[in-house]
Amino acid sequence: MTPEPTPSQTIGPFFHDALLAEDRTRLVDLDHPSAIRVSGTVYDGAGEPVPDAMLEIWQANISGRYAHPEDAREDLPLEDGFTGFGRCGTDADGRFEFITVRPGSVPGPGGEPQAPHMNVSVFARGLLRRLATRIYFPDEEETNAADPVLLSIEDSGFRATLVARAEGGGYAFDVRLQGEKQTAFFDV
Amino acid sequence: MREERAMRRKSGISGYRRDTGSQPPYLYLDYESTRLRAPDRPLVILPHTLSEVTGPVYGRDRVGPLDNDLTRQHAGEPLGERIIVTGRVLDGDGRPVRDSLIEVWQANAAGRYTHHADRHPAPLDPNFSGAGRCLTDGEGRYRFVTVKPGAYPWKNHDNAWRPAHIHFSLFGPAFATRLVTQMYFPGDPLFDQDPIFQSVSDPKARERMISRFDLGVTEPEWALGYNFDIVLRGRDATPMENHK
Repeated sequence: MTPEPTPSQTIGPFFHDALLAEDRTRLVDLDHPSAIRVSGTVYDGAGEPVPDAMLEIWQANISGRYAHPEDAREDLPLEDGFTGFGRCGTDADGRFEFITVRPGSVPGPGGEPQAPHMNVSVFARGLLRRLATRIYFPDEEETNAADPVLLSIEDSGFRATLVARAEGGGYAFDVRLQGEKQTAFFDV
Repeated sequence: MREERAMRRKSGISGYRRDTGSQPPYLYLDYESTRLRAPDRPLVILPHTLSEVTGPVYGRDRVGPLDNDLTRQHAGEPLGERIIVTGRVLDGDGRPVRDSLIEVWQANAAGRYTHHADRHPAPLDPNFSGAGRCLTDGEGRYRFVTVKPGAYPWKNHDNAWRPAHIHFSLFGPAFATRLVTQMYFPGDPLFDQDPIFQSVSDPKARERMISRFDLGVTEPEWALGYNFDIVLRGRDATPMENHK
């Protein structure tokens, strides 16, 4: 008999000391030649910032390789010290910020390339399960237009919620949990 | 689903099985905080690619030898009932999930978190911070020593109290297997009125969040033992093209 999965429960409001004791918001140093800033705000259904959320990102490196044993594409270099993982709590204004690099392209469901993207998990009080989304980049119009995951979303406005905005030399990506402008979330 | 299988054959990647029935909904009206935070548009089905079947290999080098003993993080011992919490992390096929990071956090024996936003007028314990972590071993086993957390009030509804619980955060092998849950204690009288626990509609699935008192884990003259196994998602069989 195969065991059944353990249900998810909310992270609650009191996770900070356990999960955010170490700063995991910088995947590379600020002076890395390819460093980018990805920041934004988490909003609830009333348009209010969510001050007690936590975001995690998981991404490939510049070459498009994940630092994980299942990505065995050895022609693509791994980079020392780049784990591809980041974690950030939102502040009193609902804001988060990561310093990272733009990931390279990785293969999609049929082996075709996916546009560069970061995989995101959102946790908060009131979220009984994590929410999963993706951050795509605005200056990748051609690759985004051919991305199989973006293409699977018919509503163009909904699809556009997954693309960050270029802002102040970095990228801005807001997470809207609910309402007319809700961010697209995935059944992973 | 057939389309998904066809795509998987092409990419050569075996995805993780989608969980039907064990998980709580996003919107659960009795849990007040879900009302403005639950998404109202349906989730977009995501085919599993390298992005989903890989995941952070996080924290391995950062776990200290005493990080799994929450009773030894300060000069003195915390007050409360000393307990051992142990179990195995398994995948949906019953195989151990090895070398995987578990992070835990909890209230102290009086039901108070060290967190600055916790306003419950119960005492803080200078010898208890309530945060720990460890790695699973080669059999997927983990072990924490701590004190039993107290129940605490919250403002969800009139006279609302959370049953005693320990928060667990697990990564498993992939982005798809990330899980944050709560471990409860057997026979808690507060289960019936707790909307977070009750948000899981299947009673059998709810039981999977309740630890089991275990005399075999209990250490004489020292600490009570509780057993709590955690099951992450299982994986589809290897794509057919490998068997051509």
